[in-house]
Amino acid sequence: MTKKILLAVLAAPLLTAALPAAADADYRAKAVATLKKDFQPRGQASLDRLAEDGLQTVCNRTGNKPPEYLAKQMEADQLAGVKYPADGKLMGDWREGEKLAQSGRGFTWTDNPGLPVGGNCYNCHQIAPKETSFGTVGPSLYQFGKLRGNSPDMQKYAYSKIWNSKAYNLCSEMPRFGHVGALGEKQIKDLVALLLDPESPVNK
Amino acid sequence: MKYRILVLAALALATQPAVAQNKRPAAKPPAAKAVQVPAAEVKDAATLEFEKFRAEMEDSNPAELFEMKGEEQWKSKRGPKNVALAESCDLGLGVGKIEGAYVRMPRYFADADAVMDAERRIVWCMVEKQGFKFDDIAKQPFANETFTPDITNLVTYVAGHSRNMKLDVPLKDPKVHEAYEIGKEIAAYRAGPYDFSCNTCHGSDGKRIRMQNLPNLSTPTGAMGGVQGWPGYRMTGGIMLTHQWRMGDCFRQQRFPQPKYASDAVSYLLTYMIGNANGQVYKGPGIKR
Ligand code: HEC
Ligand code: HEC
Repeated sequence: MTKKILLAVLAAPLLTAALPAAADADYRAKAVATLKKDFQPRGQASLDRLAEDGLQTVCNRTGNKPPEYLAKQMEADQLAGVKYPADGKLMGDWREGEKLAQSGRGFTWTDNPGLPVGGNCYNCHQIAPKETSFGTVGPSLYQFGKLRGNSPDMQKYAYSKIWNSKAYNLCSEMPRFGHVGALGEKQIKDLVALLLDPESPVNK
Repeated sequence: MKYRILVLAALALATQPAVAQNKRPAAKPPAAKAVQVPAAEVKDAATLEFEKFRAEMEDSNPAELFEMKGEEQWKSKRGPKNVALAESCDLGLGVGKIEGAYVRMPRYFADADAVMDAERRIVWCMVEKQGFKFDDIAKQPFANETFTPDITNLVTYVAGHSRNMKLDVPLKDPKVHEAYEIGKEIAAYRAGPYDFSCNTCHGSDGKRIRMQNLPNLSTPTGAMGGVQGWPGYRMTGGIMLTHQWRMGDCFRQQRFPQPKYASDAVSYLLTYMIGNANGQVYKGPGIKR
C-alpha cells in the first residue's frame, strides 16, 4: 500500500516532466470538464464511470504510448492483482467458454445489471471456425492452443491475459475482465479451455 | 404519398432476409473453408449486397417521407409563439436559408454563444423562436417504432437540402477550432469499466465489431463513413434516426453514461468528426441496415 502511494507520488511529477503531452493539456482538461458537465446517469451507467483510474490516466495522457519504465512497473502491478483458482486448475469447460465468448451482454445502460455479463470475445476476435461473424479489433485466436501449446505456462498466460489484459500491454484495447469483476474465476477457466483445450473446436 | 408508403412497406418486407443475413452471413459454412476466407472478403460480401440494394433504392429513398413532413413543419407557424422556423430560424446562412446549411454545421452561433450541430441548432430555434420547452423536446428526442419526434423530421428536411454538397465545417473560426480540438480529446478519452474510448473502435482502418464495419474517424474518408447516412432510415425497425442518436448509442456501447441531448459534448464530438470529413461530398439522408 505505502509502496503504491510512494510510487504514485514519485510518478506524478515524473509523468508531467517526462511526458511531452501527446495532446494539448488545455484541450484535454476542457474535454474532461465537458464530459462531466454534459452526461447523465442512465440505468447502471452512473457518472463515476467518467472518472479515470490510474491506468486510464496514464494511457490517456500519453496517447496510449507510456514510457517503457512506467509501463513495465504498472503492468507488473496489474499482474499482481490477478486471482488464480485455489485448486490451481486453470482449464474449465470449452463449451461453456464458447457460450460466454458469444455473448456481448453487459455493462451498458440497457443491460439488466442483475444478469451475468458475457465475454464479448467474438466482438473483437476470430475464435472457433464455425463462427464467421467475428470482429477484427483484436488478433485471430483461431488455433491458439494448437499453435502455442497448452503447457502450464500457456494456461497461466491465457488466464491472466483474460483476467487483466493490461498486465501484458498497459494500454491494450481489450477490457480487463477479471479485474473489473465482469467475469469470475469459473468463467475465465472456461474461456481458457476454449482457447487451449485440444478438444475445443478452436484447436481442431 | 399513398404510393410512397406502399413502396416503403414493400421495401421493409423485402429487406428482412437481407438484414438477417448481414448479421450472420453463411449460417453454416464448411468449417475449414471459413477460416481460409480472409476476413476482408467476408465483410465485403455483406457490404456489397447492401450497397447494391442501396443503389437500387436511390430514387425512392425512404428519407424523403420524413423530409416532406419536416418541410411542412419548417414552413408552418407552430409552438406557443406561433412562429414559423422558416421566418425566424438562422442556421448560419441567414434566417430561413437552408440550402447548404447542413454541410456548414457545426458552426459558432453568436446569439447562442455556442458551437452547435444542425440538430441542436434547430432545437435552439424551436425553444427560442417558437417557445417550445427544451425539457419537453429532450424527454423523447429520438424516434422509436411508434413515434417520430418533429425534430427528426426537421433535421432530415434540412439535411436533404445539402444533398450532393461538400462538407465545409468552418474550422478556421477560432470557436469552431476549439470545439474541434476538444472533440478530438473526447474521442480519445478512455474510461469506464471496459477502458473504451471512441478510438478503441474507430481509431484505425479496416476494423470490425462482429460483422459491422467501423469507420476510422480520424481520416477524411473514414470520418465521411461516420457522417454519410445520417440522419438515416433504419431498415431494422423502420425508423429515422439522427446523428445525435448515433453518438448516444455509441456512448452506450462504450459503457459510458448517457450524453445529455443537444449538449456541448455531442456538438464538439460532431465538430471533430464532421470537420475531419471536410471536402467530402454529402449525399443526403441515407438508408442504414
Ligand atoms: C474490445 C476488443 C476486445 C475484446 C472485447 C476482447 N479482446 Fe482479446 N485482445 C484485443 C486486442 C486488441 C488484443 C491484442 C493486443 C493485446 O495483446 O493486448 C487482444 C489480445 C488477446 C489475447 C492475447 C493474444 C496473444 O497472441 O497473446 C487473448 C488470449 C485474448 N485477447 C482473449 C480474449 C478473450 C477470451 C476475450 C473475451 C473474454 C477477449 N479477448 C475480448 C481486443 C479485445
Ligand atoms: C465498443 C465499440 C464501439 C465504441 C467504443 C464506439 N463505437 Fe461507434 N460504432 C460501433 C459499431 C459496432 C458501429 C456500427 C453500428 C451499425 O452499423 O449499426 C458503430 C457506428 C458508428 C458510427 C456510424 C457509422 C455508419 O456506418 O454510419 C459513428 C458515426 C460512430 N460509430 C461514432 C462513434 C463515436 C463518436 C464514438 C465515441 C463516442 C464511438 N463510435 C464509440 C462500435 C463502437
